[in-house]
Amino acid sequence: MSKINELFDSELRVINLGLESFSEELKLQKKEVVHVEWRPVAGGNKKLRNILNQLG
Amino acid sequence: MGLKSYIKKNAYYDSVVLMQVTKELKKSEDIKEVIVGMGTPLNKELAENLGLLTEDVKATTQNDFFVSLEGEDTVDMDQVLTRITALLNKKKTSGDQDYRPATLKSALKVMPEANLALFSIPGEYAYDEVKKALDEGLHVMLFSDNVTMDEEKKLKDYAKEKGLLMMGPDCGTAIINHTPLAFANVIKPGNIGIVGASGTGTQEVSVLIDKFGGGISQVIGTGGRDLKEPIGGTMMLMGIDALEDDEKTEVIVLISKPPHESIAKKILERVKKCKKTVVVDFIGGDTKMIESYGAHPCISLEDAAQKAVAVAKGDTPKDFTGFTMDEGAVDEMVEKEVQQYSSNQKYLRGLYTGGTLADEAMMILSESMEALYSNKPKSPEFKLADVFKSRENTVVDLGEDEFTVGKPHPMIDPSARGERMKQEGRDENVALVLMDMVLGYGSHQDPAGEMIESIKEAKATMASNGGHLTVVASVCGTEGDPQDLEATEQKLKDIGVILMPSNAQAVKFVDKIMKRIS
Repeated sequence: MSKINELFDSELRVINLGLESFSEELKLQKKEVVHVEWRPVAGGNKKLRNILNQLG
Repeated sequence: MGLKSYIKKNAYYDSVVLMQVTKELKKSEDIKEVIVGMGTPLNKELAENLGLLTEDVKATTQNDFFVSLEGEDTVDMDQVLTRITALLNKKKTSGDQDYRPATLKSALKVMPEANLALFSIPGEYAYDEVKKALDEGLHVMLFSDNVTMDEEKKLKDYAKEKGLLMMGPDCGTAIINHTPLAFANVIKPGNIGIVGASGTGTQEVSVLIDKFGGGISQVIGTGGRDLKEPIGGTMMLMGIDALEDDEKTEVIVLISKPPHESIAKKILERVKKCKKTVVVDFIGGDTKMIESYGAHPCISLEDAAQKAVAVAKGDTPKDFTGFTMDEGAVDEMVEKEVQQYSSNQKYLRGLYTGGTLADEAMMILSESMEALYSNKPKSPEFKLADVFKSRENTVVDLGEDEFTVGKPHPMIDPSARGERMKQEGRDENVALVLMDMVLGYGSHQDPAGEMIESIKEAKATMASNGGHLTVVASVCGTEGDPQDLEATEQKLKDIGVILMPSNAQAVKFVDKIMKRIS
């Protein structure tokens, strides 16, 4: 079975990054969701961001 | 009156939250104009246009938070900042007190069994973050826009290699295993699977499937550019594969704007080999080509829903071109409106929040209307010089970038459409306004309620000028949606709005009136 078909047969468990309202609406539907308090890596500094991303 | 500004270096806040804070502050009587935002080039341009670009604000970078306002001398900046802090904290604590990790990696420690990541972060950061999610084996829905075509291609190719969904960018609608994500309606479960490249088009088809007694297995969004040549339809093809193998899906519906010809062929070659019946709506595209590959072509979003439900029930699908109600009754309604116009009323104004619904309106109307102005017209000669001012017959998509700079999308905050409605009501040459009303998760909690006063005012203005304003609408919503469908429809009917069962029928009704008065 493909991974997408496995998803179709599974309970959806969501990690939400960005608009908080999307998390809240999933919670209203009693779905499992973790909201990430997302901030740009390295305060948005592109050079630093690339270095950090390469470091994993 | 004076200018006041405040800068906080290296502090990040979500742009939508800051827009809401700006909106709250604007309600203060002693503040004339205000902008609360990050020091992005866009926000600085906005500040300049509002006359709020102080030297301090000019010097900010996109990592800096700023407040700039013009107000009475009595405005105390410390008090304003206290209010902003309170509003930001309110936004933060409006949900529950769950632990909020700061990164995807730490979120996975809290929820190791997570299977989908939903991104609505600024587009310029999306590539790196989505790549990390795919690395972790998560399916992705990418709501963010401003992602380059090259980044989209790389992400989709990588997702394909890993066998994962990468829905987006700019993907507004998906329903996975009966869970609506982002902007989506609550649809009854059933045997129809959709792969859609057009957000509100997909919402309209799924809502009408529900209305016609059918149901949905899955709705996969691809993002609007999936069927463009550089991307090659990667996600639509993966969606077809998955729905073909899905036991609960018996009929597959594909929705997109007309694709690049080579991509249309590639998709239709796959459709031809599909073991399941496929209904294809390449909105306004070549129906004969679709038919030649053994699929059912469609002439409207409503027709796509009708055909999908017919096939799902084992019936033979037929073209649906008319009205649900008796055409004689429709003509009587048309006549009743026409009789009330003054002699100078001859124009139509379409005020849409749903992009695909606006496209469909323009497609149907342009069959008989030569000049139809828009912010995204079919032909460049009909592009509005000023998108904030309608001209002759006009249909605008209020969700396009030029309307949403510094403001939430009109499906989230319909107030800009309310103002536009009043503006159209002051134009004595206007006979009717056509609009959509999109319900479901993601949308405003009471979009009809937000429009009522504006519609009443527009109608009253027209009446005081000796005319009559017809307002025609269709509600894209189901009984299961969090907004109350029945109450929404009743509110609109109570103030004389003519409601049609679908966007296509609303447009066709308007078309009948236009043919009578032009």
